[in-house]
Amino acid sequence: MDFGLSADQQEIQRTARELLSERAKPERVREHAEGAKTDMVLWRELCELGWPGIAVSESYGGQGLGTVECSILCEELGRTVAPVPFASSVMASAVIERAGSDAQRERWLPGLASGEVIGAIGRAEDSRTPLVIGAPEAQVIVLLQEDHARLLTASEAGVKAIPTIDPTRSVGFVSVGTTGEELDGDIGGGSDRALIALAAGLVGVCGRALQMTVAYVKDRRQFGVPVGSFQAVSHRCAQMLLETEKARSTVALAAWTADAEPGQLAETAAMAKAAASEAAIDVTASAIQAHGGIGFTWEADIHWLYKRAQLDGAFLGGAAHHRARLASILAGRLSAGLTV
Amino acid sequence: MDLTFSERESAFRDELCSWLEQNKPGAPPGEGVGEDANYAWRREWQRRLYEGGWAAPSWPVEYGGRGSSLSESAIYFEELSRARVPLPANVLGLLLGGPTLMVWGTPEQKERYLTPILSAEEIWCQGFSEPDAGSDLAALKTKAVKDGNQWVVSGQKVWTSGAHYSKWCMLVARTDPGAPKHKGLTYFLMDMEQDAVQVRPLRQITGEAEFNELFIDEARIPDENVVGGVGNGWKVALTTLMNERAGLGFVFQVRLRQMLDDVFAAAAERGLLENHLYADKLADLHIRCESIRLLAWKGLTDIERYGQPGPEGSLVKWLWSDTNQHLTQLAAQMIGPQALACENPWSYELLRARGNTIEGGTTEVLKNIVAERVLGLPRLKVAG
Repeated sequence: MDFGLSADQQEIQRTARELLSERAKPERVREHAEGAKTDMVLWRELCELGWPGIAVSESYGGQGLGTVECSILCEELGRTVAPVPFASSVMASAVIERAGSDAQRERWLPGLASGEVIGAIGRAEDSRTPLVIGAPEAQVIVLLQEDHARLLTASEAGVKAIPTIDPTRSVGFVSVGTTGEELDGDIGGGSDRALIALAAGLVGVCGRALQMTVAYVKDRRQFGVPVGSFQAVSHRCAQMLLETEKARSTVALAAWTADAEPGQLAETAAMAKAAASEAAIDVTASAIQAHGGIGFTWEADIHWLYKRAQLDGAFLGGAAHHRARLASILAGRLSAGLTV
Repeated sequence: MDLTFSERESAFRDELCSWLEQNKPGAPPGEGVGEDANYAWRREWQRRLYEGGWAAPSWPVEYGGRGSSLSESAIYFEELSRARVPLPANVLGLLLGGPTLMVWGTPEQKERYLTPILSAEEIWCQGFSEPDAGSDLAALKTKAVKDGNQWVVSGQKVWTSGAHYSKWCMLVARTDPGAPKHKGLTYFLMDMEQDAVQVRPLRQITGEAEFNELFIDEARIPDENVVGGVGNGWKVALTTLMNERAGLGFVFQVRLRQMLDDVFAAAAERGLLENHLYADKLADLHIRCESIRLLAWKGLTDIERYGQPGPEGSLVKWLWSDTNQHLTQLAAQMIGPQALACENPWSYELLRARGNTIEGGTTEVLKNIVAERVLGLPRLKVAG
């Protein structure tokens, strides 16, 4: 039993954090967000470092590492809310690699791994037009529909870019037609890994919101003392840590499960997405509150985290959706005569 | 990251499970025969654990333990809970008193006290809290005055569990009223078998009396029963308190999971698993239980890796107590008024859970600890 990252994994985390603290500084993120632009300079640099292919098999030009390593990068990118299509690309890759035919993998994975191709993934529910993160810049889009999925090229998808509250993500509507190719394999393994990528990013969002809040309430003085010395404020911060660590623990379990115990993946991925979605929204909302009036201003940069928490929290199913899914998995286990 | 158990850990678990299988105690004497008979039954259970070498596996071999690793010790508590056997009668001696003596005791004290703790021959209790010193423990007023080679102790203690069965009390008293409040304290081992110590049961909201009040009127403690030196009582007490939160976490974690299994079963019986409201709450409880298990294990592996617990240590008790209150309330809500009949076990669990966010550090104090020691937030200056 060991929850720590291995030496190699710690190295990935350290170099990612160092790089992003230089290349995705708040002012740079803000500048791109205000212009609703992807940071292509940063994206190209990440591609040169092989980030998009971190979890793609070596036979398709990736690094062949696991979901744990991919989650580390997602978390670090989440911390900085960097405007790059990393998450959408790795999510699409995860599904294509596991559910695609040889031809589909050959066609898409090498480009996705190198970053020359940008991918996106979305879920079509009911008859509504699905909103897909990364769609406007993607060359390939995975569209999940109940228990099957289709692969669409950009021209087949008829993407219509749409501004959302989170301009650090490019988002578009995708037209649900009958175009594109079916993905014939089982999509569960890939789509659950996609959930983990989102959840890991949300843990990063929580960590950064907490860090900024703690720094602020130590510094900000009212009534002659730092506001962080008031328990109404300090206990809120403690609650933020609790929610963050709760989410982090479930994401760690899910990422490890994806690599080591895939039989448990559906359950642990649902747990991770539910816990991280809820934590991120609560923690970033608390961050705004603890910043007081400053927290409601555009300049304070806390709002980017809240907006990311809302968008990624809702994407591919929010907390309630995944709790319902988890409950039905657990009910199934009970009716099979097992304990939960 | 590796969330599987090592071969050594699995072997430890297997050996313990097969021992438990063969040595599980029979049913408790039950209600109606009196508390004494039930306590004697738990004492007998500890004696059997002791004879099998299982009373305190985490103690070093030289003191009669197995020198188990932290992970093995966690497995021990998990399996004890899973087998639904009671905790050893002398749980405070085993988890708190023994480990405190191992750190602070003289060779003579270790020689004298450790073995009778293991065998349940001498039961220990904890005399820390007072009516006016709960969360603010260092404000305690019980005083000890030197008289020759003895100390004369007077004062009042509260929330002392098992006091009427105890031989020794881990007592913190004020020995220097002139010193700042954390400095003037001394840690003693007080013999409970003297007339100057009166034990009165403290009836709690469940109707039973798990705890007692101690009235101490000029009790005598020989100087050799000072632990860790005169004036050093706060530091010694902190060793005891840190041990309190470590081992019991795993007992709570498994017990919570068992109760959640029971809630799921109750929901299934009533066809409520398909009810969206209940399904949502049940799934949330499942996630919380898993987080508690994961955070408890993460705390342990951090200690094994870095020599100290990460932030998880303070979070586990907080999250557990809060979750247990939610869980018991959900059970009561699902079952309806029948859950409140005294014969229904949930009626007891519902009431007992209210104590969880108070005992062993209130949630408010835990939040202070997290804010100050983990997040490094400034502390508001308060009087005293």
